[in-house]
Amino acid sequence: MRDVAIIGVGCTKFGELWDRSFRDIFVEAGVSSLEDAGIQGEDIGGIYVGNMSGGRFVEQEHIGSLIADYSGLASTLHVPATRVEAACASGGLALRQAIFAIASGYNDIVVAAGAEKMTDVSPDIATDALAAAADREWEGIVGATFPGLYAMIARLHMHTYGTTSEQLASVSVKNHHNGTMNPIAQFRNEITIDTVLNSSMVADPLHMFDCSPISDGASSVVLTTADAAKKYTDTPVYIKATALACDTISLHDRPDITTLGATVEAGKRAYRMAGLTSKNIDLVEVHDCFTIAEICAIEDLGFFKKGEGGRATYDGETAIDAQIPINPSGGLKTCGHPVGATGIKQAVEITEQLRGTAGKRQVDGAEVGMTHNVGGTGGTAVVHIFSRNR
Amino acid sequence: MISMTVARFWRMIPNRYNLIGTQCTNCGQYYFPPRKICPTCRRDGKIEEYKFKGKGEVVTYTVIHTPAKGYDQQTPYNIAIIKLDEGTSLTGQVICDPKEIQIGMKVRSVFRKLGEESERGMIYYGTKFVPE
Ligand SMILES: [Zn+2]
Repeated sequence: MRDVAIIGVGCTKFGELWDRSFRDIFVEAGVSSLEDAGIQGEDIGGIYVGNMSGGRFVEQEHIGSLIADYSGLASTLHVPATRVEAACASGGLALRQAIFAIASGYNDIVVAAGAEKMTDVSPDIATDALAAAADREWEGIVGATFPGLYAMIARLHMHTYGTTSEQLASVSVKNHHNGTMNPIAQFRNEITIDTVLNSSMVADPLHMFDCSPISDGASSVVLTTADAAKKYTDTPVYIKATALACDTISLHDRPDITTLGATVEAGKRAYRMAGLTSKNIDLVEVHDCFTIAEICAIEDLGFFKKGEGGRATYDGETAIDAQIPINPSGGLKTCGHPVGATGIKQAVEITEQLRGTAGKRQVDGAEVGMTHNVGGTGGTAVVHIFSRNR
Repeated sequence: MISMTVARFWRMIPNRYNLIGTQCTNCGQYYFPPRKICPTCRRDGKIEEYKFKGKGEVVTYTVIHTPAKGYDQQTPYNIAIIKLDEGTSLTGQVICDPKEIQIGMKVRSVFRKLGEESERGMIYYGTKFVPE
């Protein structure tokens, strides 16, 4: 296996991009990543694109061909493009497939992208499309919504560990603060704990401000071998680990509802592959589709003891200048969550941080970063570890 | 939302109406929804149909305020993960005042209307739970 590095990144602004089409956004993200890497279409050996539900959100399948085509890479170059799907973890999975393509020696330069256009349909259709990330036949049919499933995780976490609504809200407050410093973020406003607690109840105990929004966006990274990376950039970011784990698709089939077994296992596999522990990680982008999801993630990845995630967040231990900065980008809550794009956007953020180009939200001395991307309520978890040192 | 008039829904009616799942008689584990492969024994498992007694307790719950499609008229409603006495868990509605539902509450299954498809006015049925 060959070592792999990121040599270029690109990302659209995330948000309600009413005036832009699905094609517009993936072209923008893709082109900016190629420009950042300083490569041409002829250099590209393949494209992997994360997209959860083109069929529901823009009534378009066959996304690989569409992306190659409108990126100008199909009609003459016939670049191979593969769509990858694992619900909200589609982006992370696309990155993983791209890493394999380079590591195996099959390709020398590969693009890993993610794109989702969610606001071309009404919010109730978008919500129903997202519900397909859970078990439609045995969760969806009985009336369980996606926020409802995470609300049940939150309820049991509160019951078992004494986690409070204020602690949940503090995740959102921290991420909103970080988002004010991120130019691509959908929301760039400070909020308070009361903002969260006074927002409408979606599924008790989760309020509207505990939930990530419906968004449009695309993101892209360019990968090559670690050996070749310095030809393209002075600041390559090296992939130290890629790990994927699956768990039951239904929440009710898990032995502990407050633990995402897929996150625990993907984390362990990633630490083992990189030869690192949680103590070596300088910053993490976790999958905060709901505030409780961030709390579970930082526990399940080993940064805090089970049950301590809420308290630690409330006490400021996950802020940008604290011991372990979590979601310096603002996370899914404030960047927005165009599902297929999220996993790649996390890698874009870690790359910016490890290059030292993250501006006001820069984590001081960032050397090693991690991304954590979840599908559904934890049926899939993808974890990557990145380093600025080979 | 999948259409309740298609085979996908109707073919599971015995399971949905009567809580019929499966048991692996090799290891004794019960499964609802039904599974054809036991995750413990895999191909050594011996899977048989099993009708659950319908009694269990609330593991965790939520009160849904933003409803799933087809559930608008019932909002707010309680959704819970219920651990059946046989040891397996499922997701279902608990019919009671949202203020009453709590973790550890004993419940039993009842046959009820689940929801309706507004376009066709089709009503569909299944299992819900009520406090014991
Ligand atoms: Zn068995």
